[in-house]
Amino acid sequence: MMKKEMTPFARFEKMYASDRHLWRLIIMIIVWMIFIALTRFSKFYSILNFQTMASQFPEFGLMSLGVMLCMITGGIDLSVVGVANFTSILMAFLLLNLTNAAGGLPGYAIPLVFGLGILIGAAAGIFNGILVSKFNIPPILATMGSGELFTGLCLALTKGNAVSKFSRVYSRTINNKIAGLVPVQLLIFIVMAVFIWFLLSRTVFGTKLYMLGTSATAAKFSGLRNDRLLIKTYMVSGMCAALGGLIMLANYNSARADYGSVYTLQCVLIVVLGGVNPNGGKGKISGVVLAIILLRMLETGINRFPSISSYYISLIWGGVLILVMVLNYFTENSTRFIKRQMLQQ
Amino acid sequence: MAEGLLRAVDIYKSFVGVQALKKVSFEINPGEIHCLAGENGSGKSTLIKVISGVYSPDSGYMEFGGKRYEKITPIDAIQSGIQVIYQDFSIFPNLTVMENLAFNSELADRRKIVNWKRMRKIATDAIAKINFKVDLDAMVGTLTVAEKQMIAISRALMFNTKLIIMDEPTTALTKREVRNLFNIILKLKERGIAILFVSHKLNEVFEISEKFTILRSGELVATGSTADLDSEKFSFFMTGREFQKKTFVPLNVSKEPIFQAKGIGMKSAFHDVSFDLRRGEIIGITGLLDSGRTELALSLFGIRPIDHGAVLVNGEEVKIINPQVAMQHKIGYVPEDRLSEGLFLTQSIADNIVISEIDSLANKIGILDHKRRSEEIERWVRELAISTPNPDNACQTLSGGNQQRVVLAKWLALNLDILILNGPTVGVDIGSKHDIHGILQKLAEEGLALLIISDDLPEVLENCSRILVMKSGSIVADLDAAKSDEKTILSYMM
Repeated sequence: MMKKEMTPFARFEKMYASDRHLWRLIIMIIVWMIFIALTRFSKFYSILNFQTMASQFPEFGLMSLGVMLCMITGGIDLSVVGVANFTSILMAFLLLNLTNAAGGLPGYAIPLVFGLGILIGAAAGIFNGILVSKFNIPPILATMGSGELFTGLCLALTKGNAVSKFSRVYSRTINNKIAGLVPVQLLIFIVMAVFIWFLLSRTVFGTKLYMLGTSATAAKFSGLRNDRLLIKTYMVSGMCAALGGLIMLANYNSARADYGSVYTLQCVLIVVLGGVNPNGGKGKISGVVLAIILLRMLETGINRFPSISSYYISLIWGGVLILVMVLNYFTENSTRFIKRQMLQQ
Repeated sequence: MAEGLLRAVDIYKSFVGVQALKKVSFEINPGEIHCLAGENGSGKSTLIKVISGVYSPDSGYMEFGGKRYEKITPIDAIQSGIQVIYQDFSIFPNLTVMENLAFNSELADRRKIVNWKRMRKIATDAIAKINFKVDLDAMVGTLTVAEKQMIAISRALMFNTKLIIMDEPTTALTKREVRNLFNIILKLKERGIAILFVSHKLNEVFEISEKFTILRSGELVATGSTADLDSEKFSFFMTGREFQKKTFVPLNVSKEPIFQAKGIGMKSAFHDVSFDLRRGEIIGITGLLDSGRTELALSLFGIRPIDHGAVLVNGEEVKIINPQVAMQHKIGYVPEDRLSEGLFLTQSIADNIVISEIDSLANKIGILDHKRRSEEIERWVRELAISTPNPDNACQTLSGGNQQRVVLAKWLALNLDILILNGPTVGVDIGSKHDIHGILQKLAEEGLALLIISDDLPEVLENCSRILVMKSGSIVADLDAAKSDEKTILSYMM
């Protein structure tokens, strides 16, 4: 039923309805922060704790950005963790070679690692993009396959062992705090998030991406080059994943084929929670960023309760993912119903 | 009326504040073929759903065979002999013909064990009633639309049916299949079964029905015998507007052809097609559904490239291997299926307008110029009179006619030389159809070369200067539109 008069409540409802996902996430974050404040205030609200969170979430946060882009086209990228580990292992070998006797690194080492790492990620993404666009393999299968492939390469390269003992300079540099406050990892994440926001909302590429995700057929009939668009999308996703891998390399000061294996599900959860439509064509970066923050706060918050074992985390993530999708079903359905009624006029 | 089969009296029905039916009364007698017509949103579907018990009316009542009902359920309607055949036919594509036909009665008899022999007999009897021949073991999903429809009719006849309601039954049928359907309808009439035929196609209404009822905005505007109706009255009742037909007269035809097809062909679709198209000219291509007309249109835009012959644009040979090449040579294509091929329904009207020209609205590295983008959008909304309160609304909020204008805007924004339109007014209401024809004629006067592919003969006759008729993959006639009529065209098509 339509409301005529605008009571404060109705105004709030209108604001809520304008972007349900965003507001739902903000409310969830506030509720969780209040809950933590009431129960575990001193253990959660410290600068150190926020800094720790901000240095951890870019690992999977960056991967989620890539998954988001792919999901906007109606696809998905399940190979992000494989690409991240593949990049970090190759770069760990490189660092091992560059480490001098004194345990230091030459000045060009870190820019080289980042440049090369991003290139490896881009190449892996292009590979995914070609599988999806030129060979028409459903994205879920293509990226699952390539993810296994990259993980397999990692295992073959390392025989399952961790690659470490390279210079600590790399890890120390990335773990620096800018002005003693902002972790470098967070900065990298912010740069990438702004880049993708710009891509989606200010460039031709972004508009085309949403259109392609809405209808690949209509895109073809409008003269869009669907193949190229898809390859570019998966390439950016690969680059995001590679950056995630480089941050993991710094945070653990080592690389291994099975690091971050829980991140695949977590990335999908974040993107869906952030309001990206798994069928494509819809989704904003603001929602995804909020979802990343919410998830990190949930996990850290839960860790502050010693009685809840961290083994329950998977259980919780799975449950939240299903709950969100069921909630989306209901909100989507109710708006669809209203639209249909309007059309029948 | 004692002998009336069904009477609906003073039906009112509203949805969330929208009055869908206002005091509509309607009756149908046994063996009567009655056409229910109206624009989209006029309340046709609502009326059908009230009659078949899906919706209950807010007020008013119904009578079946003299028995009065205030409210009916779908079961009541079926038991009173009413069957509805919806556009999607409600059949199971992954089951065989036999299973589809026999399932209902098997379920109705509450049988637990499948008896293939009995099912085969039920199915054989069902299709024999309308002399329909089909392989009972074929998967329904593999059949043509017409065959699926025959199965739906056969199934409807398995009950003690007195009235069959068909919702736009001819939409996806070829001319020959429509003829076949009409023959079956006439046979059913002989057996005293009444048919309520929902359509907005003028020629069908005149051809088959004896009585008609026209709804507009939920109100009954006219009802009576089809013999008293003519096409002007029909358009007037449907839209409440009067139209003057404007037949296209080419004015500024260029000397040199801008587009030439020389013996082009595509395997198992069409072959040896040649024609010249000049600026300022509108050529119509017509033919039956399987004549190759759609494949021809798709090949000219590069969706399915030709495999022999040559295409010349401005006298130079061009290999149109994909839509990008076509667009580089200033060729645009308005597709047949607006909903899946022409539009991004859930995206904004604005994005739908600019998507094809979007590269030209950005700087070298692809950053959008928002000012130019909104200027373009404003320009096309105004120029084509797209009626929307806000171009940021989703395209699906528009009516069919306005949606088609959005598709046109998308192509016109590219500043084309050649525009190919496949079924430019399919599913568009009469008012918008008239307006779109006006736009197309104006474009030709401004120097665009247009190619209209359509099986709507009045449309082709009214808007084209030349008409090419296709049959089984080749052009069988090249007619001057001013000197031909529907009968001549039909004789070449069949």
